[in-house]
Amino acid sequence: MNECQKLREAIHQHDFALIEADLFLDTHPDNRKALAVRRELMEKRRALIEEYTRRFGPYIVTAADVTDTEHWAWIDGPWPWEESECDA
Amino acid sequence: MWQYTKKLEYPVRIKNPNPKFAQIIISQYGGPDGELGASMRYLTQRYSMPYDDVKGILTDIGTEELAHMEMICAMVYQLTRNLTKEQIMEAGFDKYFVDHTAGVYPIAASALPWRAEYIAAKGDILADLHEDLAAEQKARVTYDNLLRLIDDPDVLDPLRFLREREIVHYQRFGEALRNTTERLNSKNFYACNPSFDKNCGK
Repeated sequence: MNECQKLREAIHQHDFALIEADLFLDTHPDNRKALAVRRELMEKRRALIEEYTRRFGPYIVTAADVTDTEHWAWIDGPWPWEESECDA
Repeated sequence: MWQYTKKLEYPVRIKNPNPKFAQIIISQYGGPDGELGASMRYLTQRYSMPYDDVKGILTDIGTEELAHMEMICAMVYQLTRNLTKEQIMEAGFDKYFVDHTAGVYPIAASALPWRAEYIAAKGDILADLHEDLAAEQKARVTYDNLLRLIDDPDVLDPLRFLREREIVHYQRFGEALRNTTERLNSKNFYACNPSFDKNCGK
């Protein structure tokens, strides 16, 4: 796994932890500890995305992440069911 | 609304095609306890739910099930890539191939196409949450059965992840059910239907 893949995987791990936190909070909406864990995960995720953008270019995961004025990068493969995003 | 996130919830990287495995894994796409049905079941049931935590958990688990459907489809896609005529015939993939080529179509392992009868929306919070708890267990059993039949580590890894998610969802639905019964008459949960009867549980 190259550096780009490792960093993407780290971001995805944080995304998954956030899904877990969200489901837990749905049935425990006043759990302050879970809310604190979620806040911490959000901050770490933001820092990882900043690092990724600095080293490998924009982190495009929703259409709203596309800022290019010349090219609509949203359609650029590989798509998630194909190969890893960092192969190109 | 929904917004597409261009990534899988958990990576699917399968090196070796295997149409035999694809034909059984596809049941978790279009089968009776598959991810397509799971997503439709929870997202459909939301509208008659009387409590915000239950609306929330159905929305978020229903959304996660769409991501699981995408993982299952990615597995079927990667297991049926670059097949030769011989591989198709040897694996008994010819019957699927003649109708769908290598397209990913929602059917059960038995080849029955997906049907709405796999899901329920009774409009009663207790009936619907019990349906959801049973659905998570049935999906967990299906993953257990797949794990018994498959020996490729590239395929086992995402299947194990998906099996774990069934257990977490079961836990969360159990909490939603407990929150619900605590709000109702503790001596008789069935005295009224909070989805329909006004002032039920008040």
